Amino acid sequence: MTRQLALVTALVTAVLAGCGTRDPEHGGTLAELHRRGEITWGADIQGGEPYVYEDPAQPDHIIGFEVDVMAAVARRLGVRSRMRQYAWSNLVPSLERGDFDVIANGLEATAERRQRILLSEPYFVYAETLTVRTDSDVRSVFDLAGKRVGTLNQTYAHDILRMLYGDAVKVYEGNEEPYRDLELGRTDAVLLDNVIADRYACLPSHPALRCLPYDVARGTYVIGIRKADPELKAAIDAALAAMRADGELEQILRKARLWDARQRDAAPAEGQVIRPRALDGDMVVQFLAAAWVTLQLSVLAFLLAVPFGVLLAVSRVYGSAPVRGAARLTIELFRGTPVLLQLFVLYYGVASVVNLGPVEAAVLGLGLNYGAYEAEVYRGALLAIPRGQSEAARALGLGPVQTLRHVLLPQALRLALPPMTNDFVSLLKDSSLVSVITVIELTKRMTIAAVDMRGWLIPGLLCAAMYLALSVPLSELARRLERRLARDQRPLAL
Amino acid sequence: MISVRSLSKRHGEREVLVGVTARVARGETIAIVGPSGGGKSTLLRCLNYLEDFHAGEVEIAGVTLRPGMASGDPALRRLRTRVGMVFQQFNLFPHLTAEANITLAPRVVKRAAPGDAERTARALLARVGLADRAGAYPHELSGGQQQRVAIARALAQEPDVMLFDEPTSALDPEMRDDVMEVIRGLAQGGMTMLVVTHEMQFAHDIATRVWVIDRGTIAEDGPPSKVVDQPETAVAREFFSRLRRTSR
Repeated sequence: MTRQLALVTALVTAVLAGCGTRDPEHGGTLAELHRRGEITWGADIQGGEPYVYEDPAQPDHIIGFEVDVMAAVARRLGVRSRMRQYAWSNLVPSLERGDFDVIANGLEATAERRQRILLSEPYFVYAETLTVRTDSDVRSVFDLAGKRVGTLNQTYAHDILRMLYGDAVKVYEGNEEPYRDLELGRTDAVLLDNVIADRYACLPSHPALRCLPYDVARGTYVIGIRKADPELKAAIDAALAAMRADGELEQILRKARLWDARQRDAAPAEGQVIRPRALDGDMVVQFLAAAWVTLQLSVLAFLLAVPFGVLLAVSRVYGSAPVRGAARLTIELFRGTPVLLQLFVLYYGVASVVNLGPVEAAVLGLGLNYGAYEAEVYRGALLAIPRGQSEAARALGLGPVQTLRHVLLPQALRLALPPMTNDFVSLLKDSSLVSVITVIELTKRMTIAAVDMRGWLIPGLLCAAMYLALSVPLSELARRLERRLARDQRPLAL
Repeated sequence: MISVRSLSKRHGEREVLVGVTARVARGETIAIVGPSGGGKSTLLRCLNYLEDFHAGEVEIAGVTLRPGMASGDPALRRLRTRVGMVFQQFNLFPHLTAEANITLAPRVVKRAAPGDAERTARALLARVGLADRAGAYPHELSGGQQQRVAIARALAQEPDVMLFDEPTSALDPEMRDDVMEVIRGLAQGGMTMLVVTHEMQFAHDIATRVWVIDRGTIAEDGPPSKVVDQPETAVAREFFSRLRRTSR
């Protein structure tokens, strides 16, 4: 989610900056940082241990092997080192804008990245590690046809899997979730680099998982530098070479339990450049499929939200004291906590008890959350009906349930229709939150396409057009329904 | 048909009804009059248990009402199919046509066949002079027409007793006569009725008995010739003389 937000921020940033034009002023950084006596570097503490993270013993203190690497580089340049917190997927545009001098945060050396910024010599060699369940017959990355494979969004592993298997990959945003789903049988394998695999999967505490002992591919972490700063790159490369030669780098990596034989081998070659995708028929089909997912999720969730909301509203207005209290508690619980949290709890939190699929969890989560909002809309509508209506119904002999069904709810629903339309359009857009539990809907498709196309404009416009194509006819439909239901009521003159 | 014994009701500290005792025989038409806030409407609403009371007992159309009955009590269901009520503000259901307003209770409460309910509704609409407005929604009808539909709606349950709570007070003068005409017709047909009203004419010409209610009790009870023309109590004299002044 944070990454997704960051991507949107990146979109806005890119648009504001004139779609990624670079400022030539930002050369000469080496001279500037000597003047300043400080080198600033961008990183995201959300990446966690071992990269850059808050010291558990001293949470206002940032530690990690990249903190140590940058401290050593800075010392060798004769300046101080200062970390700047940025969302990970925003690091490259922020570097280009001049927010800090370099990037040092698990930045993978790829041919594509080299086209955009300068990359230092590597300070770490990682390996892509395939993790499977102990009982699995998968032996290599080539046995995965027809299987469900998970990985993290925007990683080299994601590129490898897409090269091999196209879009049949489950994409996650956090380190823990891919392995949790693998244990639960929701996926058949996870491909991620060994730094993550060693910390989240290949451990005695996860007896159901097995990490295959072959490197699927190797890659390197490098320091990212602006194109206009070749002299800074030369200085950093010299510092890294010196650290390698006098053993300081080995000492830093050993301290972080990252030292292995791979660090001594020759640096691996960079993967070939994956050509940016263009807008073609396939992509439109993918967008249409994603729009269909969004529509289905929203409609199903709303079909759950309406009866749930009616039940809660009726309980709150007409129930006995304990029923009223329970309804109010339920409303406050679902309305007062983020949908995102509810989705996580439904999909991961209760997985050992009820193993819901991502779509079921999404429909349930959105439906319950919106039901709580609907409940308050219906409650307001019920309270707006004149008291004489229920008195007349009672005087005619209708029981409480009959009064509700034949007299009060039909009138309340008519009053509630405009806010309900509003809520459905809002739900249509909020359904993008379910991408955190691996459902690829319209917004997720847009962020994936934006990465593939190296640009936000076309996927963004396509995505916006599809949301509008869903919501506008719906508003029109609701308007007609409203008019039909309101035939029994003249609007009051002002 | 109706027997009220020591009926008392409080709103907080204020006593709204103070030990009301009265009897009504089948076919009587009682006009209930008196100054505002005297307890007329409250008495009427207690008679079909739209309001609970604190002490006393009511027997009406064969149903006995006591303080503290639950809203789901089957006796109350029986009560409401035998006692019809017409409100000052009509309280028609705005989302239903005139005909659907009338057929709702027979269909839902008495489970009448839709065809039968419709036939009854058409006959009742004809009886209140609205045969041609069956498909109209309440907002398409004048106040007087709405009140006549409301009367037809109450009659559809074939009640033994009809309660009218100021049925013409919300109407323009020219529409009152149509409604009054309908009520007069019912009286002549032998319906037992209690009508809270400010209409002198009605109290005088149609009612078989007049109750003057003041400060929670029946201050005067007798035939209109006596109560309206020669009231005994000060409150009745004061009330009728003011009514004559304002209605002129």
